[in-house]
Amino acid sequence: METIIIILAGVLVSVATYLVLSKNLIRVILGTSIFSHAAHLLIMTMGGLKEGSSPLLGEEAATYTDALPQALILTAIVISFGVTSFFLVIAYRAYQETNTDNLDILRGIKDE
Amino acid sequence: MKINDVILHAVTKIVVFIILTLAIYLFLSGHHSPGGGFVGGLVLASAFVLLYLAFDIETVQKGIPFDFKLVAALGAFIAAASGLGAVFFGASFLSQAFDYFDLPILGQTELATVTVFEAGVALAVVGTVVTIILSISEDV
Amino acid sequence: MNNILVFPMVLPLITGVILIFLRPFIKLQRWVTFGVMAVNTGISLYILQKIQKDGILRLDFGGWEPPFGILFVGDSFSLLLVLTASIVTAIILLYAFHSLDAAREKMYFYPLVNFLVAGVIGSFLTGDLFNLFVFFEVMLLSSYALVSLGGSKMQLKHGIIYMTINVVSSWMFLIAIAYLYGTVGTLNLAHISQRIAESGQTPILTVISILFLIVFSLKAGLVLYQWLPGSYSAPPAVIGALFGALLTKVGIYALYRMFTLVFYHEPAITHTLIGIMAGVTLIGGSIGAIAYNDIRRVITYNVVIAVGFILVGLAVLTPAAVEGAVIYLVHDIIIKALLFLTGGTMIYLTGTARIENMSGLIRNYPMLGWIFFITMLSLAGVPPLSGFLGKVLVGQGAAETGSYLLLALAFLSSLAVLYSLLRIFLNAFWGETIISEEDEIPLKKGRLVPLVVFTLGTIALGLGVESIAVYASDAANVLLNPDIYIDAVMNDN
Repeated sequence: METIIIILAGVLVSVATYLVLSKNLIRVILGTSIFSHAAHLLIMTMGGLKEGSSPLLGEEAATYTDALPQALILTAIVISFGVTSFFLVIAYRAYQETNTDNLDILRGIKDE
Repeated sequence: MKINDVILHAVTKIVVFIILTLAIYLFLSGHHSPGGGFVGGLVLASAFVLLYLAFDIETVQKGIPFDFKLVAALGAFIAAASGLGAVFFGASFLSQAFDYFDLPILGQTELATVTVFEAGVALAVVGTVVTIILSISEDV
Repeated sequence: MNNILVFPMVLPLITGVILIFLRPFIKLQRWVTFGVMAVNTGISLYILQKIQKDGILRLDFGGWEPPFGILFVGDSFSLLLVLTASIVTAIILLYAFHSLDAAREKMYFYPLVNFLVAGVIGSFLTGDLFNLFVFFEVMLLSSYALVSLGGSKMQLKHGIIYMTINVVSSWMFLIAIAYLYGTVGTLNLAHISQRIAESGQTPILTVISILFLIVFSLKAGLVLYQWLPGSYSAPPAVIGALFGALLTKVGIYALYRMFTLVFYHEPAITHTLIGIMAGVTLIGGSIGAIAYNDIRRVITYNVVIAVGFILVGLAVLTPAAVEGAVIYLVHDIIIKALLFLTGGTMIYLTGTARIENMSGLIRNYPMLGWIFFITMLSLAGVPPLSGFLGKVLVGQGAAETGSYLLLALAFLSSLAVLYSLLRIFLNAFWGETIISEEDEIPLKKGRLVPLVVFTLGTIALGLGVESIAVYASDAANVLLNPDIYIDAVMNDN
């Protein structure tokens, strides 16, 4: 199971890399958000998958799965959610100012 | 062109209440089982988003006259202040406490200060999500 | 349990939240923010004294003892930085009162500064790796907002670059945390260090350490500084000063913490690599600083040079070098804020950022000219100003270990700093006065006072460096002996 998830994370990373390297700003943002999903999967796998019952008090099992990665992921999801949404707002703002979401054209804007 | 959205309106009116109930259930169940402020807040926010989708922004704003930026700020304040509250009782920052009380109707109930923190989280999540949706969709 | 430790972080956080409610009252926002920074200064001074008396302090959040809970750890190194950051932010704010336009001030500038400071101070104080990530994000999110605050085209362009780079590097931070957690099974810095010391730094751990090195290098602008000049020069001078003074320092702090506390077993690999990177940064920064005619670019490349210089101290890792680096770090926070503000004032007064369009400013604004002159000398490390002792100690450390190449680069870079700023000075302040007295934009007291305060600060820090050297040598001692830190976190209460 771990191997499959790791491969899945790898696939996500390659998809995200492709998106981040494209010229369309929205794709770049989607790419960064897929990046974070890959990282979340990786964190979860690193804590070990299905090694025991779910970490809840009511379960009364002999072993529990490590709960810490899930807490980390929850925090990371919140953060990436916030960052992605702010990124979208900035991109929208840039689109309003410059009428383009093409990074080549954005790059051509002179400083000052 | 006038869009025919009778079905959406009718369904929304019912579904929003189901979503709100689910949100409250998730919020309260978070103490010992899956759920909690964050998930509850997200579900609550989805109810608002559904309202914005079905009706327009002005109509909803008339019914719910909050500035959601302030809701988010209030939530963050409650969460941080609940952590700071522990300092005044001589405990470590973010310490939580709970006790059992005999309440009318409910009987013996566990009340925990962590609920205050969770309420803050929920408000912050609702505020942020709705603010983002509104700020992207406002001037299309 | 030392609850006082959390206040430098939580005060700005709560204030920032409250200020969102007080949006229409700009005056109140200004002074409340200033007051918080002043209170923070007092608190951190108190904690710093307490550390000298009682040793390293720690606070377990919610009473969860390490290694299970999140905790704040205060040692001399972190508190020295917290103290400097609070003072410098307060003075930068004074400049902001008189220079920032009303639109930006209304657009939640003060809450954002509060959040930024909370993130910076939280990063300095935390003793938990994931918590460090969270505070990095708090700091970065507010910096994203500050970079693009106002929304001019240039700001948006550089804001997008800045965000993309930092989102990707935060992702790498997460990946590195995941690998480290999978390998050692803990996130408490002291506990990680203990576990690594027990098992030895295996090759896989060294690889993870290099991943961390890349992440923090991106944040600090070590080698991977290409995003830095643009995004630091796009926003107004006040925001540039906040960034130049605080943000890269957090990356540097993280590098120091990780590579002295956790990954210190394989210096032949990691620290050599840091040395090479520091050298490349020094060269690249110097070239950039000399090449540009735009004041803002010259200033931002000076930030890059300083990053390289401070990391030389980490690369050679002798007591003298680390102590020197700590002193230089404190000096650099002050002097970079001063440099950005002086540059911003010059741009405000002349209406241009290019030095070939300025001339003879010293006639119009003699005070500003002398302030710039002192800044320049201090940056170049001329005694008795504050840059001197740091440079000497780092150089001494480099000479002790025989890293003569780094030593040479470090001092050549000082020349580059001097040359780049002297060029500005000669072009802008000397020569024929082109602004007639009627066209002269008056230099208001509000703008001048913060500059004077900073200048006095760098002189005072230079003359009274002995008073700070006590704390710096304690900081270096803790950095070089991880056991002190681990002991304080894992054992007693």
